[in-house]
Amino acid sequence: MSNNHEVLVDVQGVDRVFRRGSEEIHVLQKLDLQVRQGEFLALMGPSGSGKSTLLNLIGGLDRPSNGSVAIGGERIDGLNDRQLAAWRARHIGLVFQFYNLLPVLNAQRNVELPLLLTSLSATQRREHAAAALDIVGLKDRNTSFPTQLSGGEQQRVGIARAIVTDPTILLCDEPTGDLDQKSGDEILSLLQALNREQGKTIIMVTHDPHASHRASRTVYLNKGRLLAENPE
Amino acid sequence: MKFAGLIWSNLKRRRLRTALTVLSVLIAFLLFGFLGAIKQALVGGVDLTDANRLIVRHRVSIIQTLPVSYMNRITRIPGVVSVTPFTWFNGIYQDPKNFFGSFPVDPAGLLDMFPEFSLPAEQRKAWAETRTGAVIGRGLADRFGWKIGDRIPLNSPIWPKAGSSETWEFDVVGIYDAGKKGADTSGFYFRYDYFDEARQRGKGSIGWYTVRIDSPANSATVAKAIDAEFLNSPAETKSESEGAFAQGFAQQFGDIAAIVLAILAAVFFTILLVAGNTMAQSVRERTNELGVLKAIGFSNERVLAVILAESFLIAALGGGLGLGLAVMLVAAFAPSLATYLPGFFLPPGQLAIGAVLIVVLGFVAGILPALTAMRLRIAEALRRSA
Repeated sequence: MSNNHEVLVDVQGVDRVFRRGSEEIHVLQKLDLQVRQGEFLALMGPSGSGKSTLLNLIGGLDRPSNGSVAIGGERIDGLNDRQLAAWRARHIGLVFQFYNLLPVLNAQRNVELPLLLTSLSATQRREHAAAALDIVGLKDRNTSFPTQLSGGEQQRVGIARAIVTDPTILLCDEPTGDLDQKSGDEILSLLQALNREQGKTIIMVTHDPHASHRASRTVYLNKGRLLAENPE
Repeated sequence: MKFAGLIWSNLKRRRLRTALTVLSVLIAFLLFGFLGAIKQALVGGVDLTDANRLIVRHRVSIIQTLPVSYMNRITRIPGVVSVTPFTWFNGIYQDPKNFFGSFPVDPAGLLDMFPEFSLPAEQRKAWAETRTGAVIGRGLADRFGWKIGDRIPLNSPIWPKAGSSETWEFDVVGIYDAGKKGADTSGFYFRYDYFDEARQRGKGSIGWYTVRIDSPANSATVAKAIDAEFLNSPAETKSESEGAFAQGFAQQFGDIAAIVLAILAAVFFTILLVAGNTMAQSVRERTNELGVLKAIGFSNERVLAVILAESFLIAALGGGLGLGLAVMLVAAFAPSLATYLPGFFLPPGQLAIGAVLIVVLGFVAGILPALTAMRLRIAEALRRSA
């Protein structure tokens, strides 16, 4: 998409307003944010500060009320639902707090899910999924169902599913929020390795200062506004 | 096809619920097939009628007889090609439950009137030469194991035989097959001349005439002319097309088609609710998963297609198994029901309607849950689980 150190994510003057009856709730207000290619950015802030909403806007899961969101120079805020779905499939890998694996599919098939939207053959899909599981250290658990895996292992499968299409950006919404300290550390190390060794651009929402220390940059949100950021 | 695994896995999520829903659909389609075969047996005769044939009976009812002398007078009416008489004999073989259609007829007239009866030439000749000869349908021969050369004793509560014994004896000289699927091959036909001479009473009378006319377009005109010919006579006639006669006969049981339709409509409406509820529950309980699918790039339309495919699969599994089972059961029951329902079979048209119903059921049961899934907003769907 773009070269290293170039701006990959460019959020300009974004508002996000939700309506509850006649009341308007301004979740994000005139927010600007740039993320460079290859960065590992932590988004911190109290509950309700708009972190997840911002992540959803960057991931094309939602649209801003005002302002623009451009990824790799491409404006995504004007895409229709179908274009946005195709764009997400190509460019976004999502890691969720509660893993969100499909309980009826084993690890291998969960990781293969995003590949169903590609033109890869069944054999190629299997190979790609096996490679992704290998990266997260779960090559031998490919036939296990989510209920047979620990929380940490489920999150690894979630990460494998997120990276299997080699997306432009990994968006992680509190990826360690449901894990114990040890498993959380392992997941953070994995994300760090993906960032450092494979150059993946990662944006991670977290409440945990310990987790944010693993990122190369941290920005803080409060009441829908960007407060400050710590330098690398 | 690459989504087949995902669709199948979703159905396996609640195995018992899916199995019960499939079973409900199966029962509905089994009933559909079985009732279709019953309807075919009761009203299917109408489809086998010939538009070139009229039935001429007593104006009061078919129980009243007509003089045999009417035959020549009917033959002379313009538009009439040929005439042959029939009489209801009500033959019973050994036991009242061994009952079947039996008729004294004019052999040449019968075979000329019903070209769909297939009888080898040597058997036709034997019938013409044997006064007590009888020609029976393949179905009847199979039912009692009768074969050519057998002597069959029959009793008739309507037409007892004159003389020391009231029992009639017939020699099987031919076995006919029918050209059309569903045509009745349970008939027992014997010679009118033997019957008329040997019966105790009613000599010189017949039950009704079957008349071949030159064109179906003249049906009403010829029928009117026949009835006019015998107006104000001791035995006035009522003439109508063979189709109308068969329909009137079938409607003695009631409006079979309407009854069957009413039953099936109630059954399918219930099944629609069952299948629709299954799909709605299935979508409701995995709102989060549908959000995940959309988040990783499944379009709204693809989510709709996945849910609809699940609904179609349930309908196809249950409907296919139900129709298949109906075909097998109808085939298994047909021989034992041959006495009362000689045309009992599942016509291909009924199976085609069944296939269309499977598609309709799959669509209608799945469309609302599928639209709900399609309209889910990703952020909301993901939040619901958390």
